[in-house]
Amino acid sequence: MTVAPDTAEKLQGYAHPERLVTTDWLAAHLDDPNVVVAESDEDVLLYATGHIPGAVKVDWHTDLNDPVARDYVDAEGFARLMSEKGVSRDTTLVFYGDNFNWWAAYALWVASLFGHPDVRLLDGGRQKWLAEGRETTTEVPSPAPADYPVVERDDSEIRAFRDRVLAHARAGGRLVDVRSPGEYSGELLHMPDYPQEGALRGGHIPGASNVPWKTAANDDGTFKDAADLRRIYLDDLGLGAGADVIAYCRIGERSSHTWFVLTHLLGLGNVRNYDGSWVEWGNAVGVPIERPGQPVRPPL
Amino acid sequence: MGADPLPGRLDEIVEEFADLPRDLKLELLLDYANGLPRLPERYAANRDSLEQVHECQTPFFVATELEDGHVHLHFDAPDEAPTTRGFAGILHAGLDGTSPEDVLGVPADFSARLGLNDAVSPLRLRGIAAILGVVQRQVRARAAAGA
Repeated sequence: MTVAPDTAEKLQGYAHPERLVTTDWLAAHLDDPNVVVAESDEDVLLYATGHIPGAVKVDWHTDLNDPVARDYVDAEGFARLMSEKGVSRDTTLVFYGDNFNWWAAYALWVASLFGHPDVRLLDGGRQKWLAEGRETTTEVPSPAPADYPVVERDDSEIRAFRDRVLAHARAGGRLVDVRSPGEYSGELLHMPDYPQEGALRGGHIPGASNVPWKTAANDDGTFKDAADLRRIYLDDLGLGAGADVIAYCRIGERSSHTWFVLTHLLGLGNVRNYDGSWVEWGNAVGVPIERPGQPVRPPL
Repeated sequence: MGADPLPGRLDEIVEEFADLPRDLKLELLLDYANGLPRLPERYAANRDSLEQVHECQTPFFVATELEDGHVHLHFDAPDEAPTTRGFAGILHAGLDGTSPEDVLGVPADFSARLGLNDAVSPLRLRGIAAILGVVQRQVRARAAAGA
């Protein structure tokens, strides 16, 4: 059963308006049996302090990642998670979260690896819902387990691994580094105000452009409108409709935000998220690194 | 195990967390977040007198006092950062009112003993270590100044 997309005017300028919902739309669909709302936060206790009525929690750290391998859950694991959350393959799954939807976008991207057909993001996330004084609850729903098929994860279309990124850099492909300018230049090995996350080298992947993720967001947590996004990424950065693009950050959460913008709001068809990101690249032996004003070492 | 005993109530707290399933660990951590006392008026009116812990993911402030051989801890973190508040709540419940020797005796790997690795990301756990580090540095300075 398909749930009709949000027809709010702002969304219609985007390439795939059906991937985004407004707080108004969500408030009107909380009781829709074909919609499951899921909160995915950076602070894993936040959901328990109050969440959108009926929303389930998806923990990026423990629900989406394999506990042993440094990778996402496998097909059985994802099917189990979805089933527990009351999500079936034809459910409209709406993610929202704290911190400008970083982890909500990440969860949406992971759900996309498993090809979940209808997964959407709440524009403005938790921040906007609360700012508008909308209802929250601490009541945790216990959804009836749903039937969810075991569908293999497809890493080939929207995910990039290190070898591909290296070949891409050597071929002069477009890379978007969405970290802060200090992280990009190599002065900082972590986000401003965040702890060191354990990269041994600073700098960026050779040839990457620096467009911090926040460039795409308004201060209220929503995405900038379509005209602004086109100017930033298409005109100024020069990404064409067919551009082969890889986005990365530190561990793949901020670049999920930009991946969502490029793929769903601007409609670029060939964008990958490099989830290994700088924590992998900045620790990998022998990969080329660029710093402003210095030759790439080792040479590409 | 055979780990050295922890000072104050910290051993009790480690015991509380031990063997709990992940969901209940998070609930308990939230209890500690909710139990963290609000900042006393004298600090709330004068936040410059607090020291910021830069390793935390959210604005987080610490003040320590030494009175008649007892350490008092004050913390301030926003409500949108319950995990950070929870860590502060554990240190407050475990160490407020103990001696400087007790506070300085907490091992740097204390956060690992809480067994939260399966519930909280490594980045967060490094935050609690950073808070402890700032508390210990302040207490060391106050004890030295008072000696």
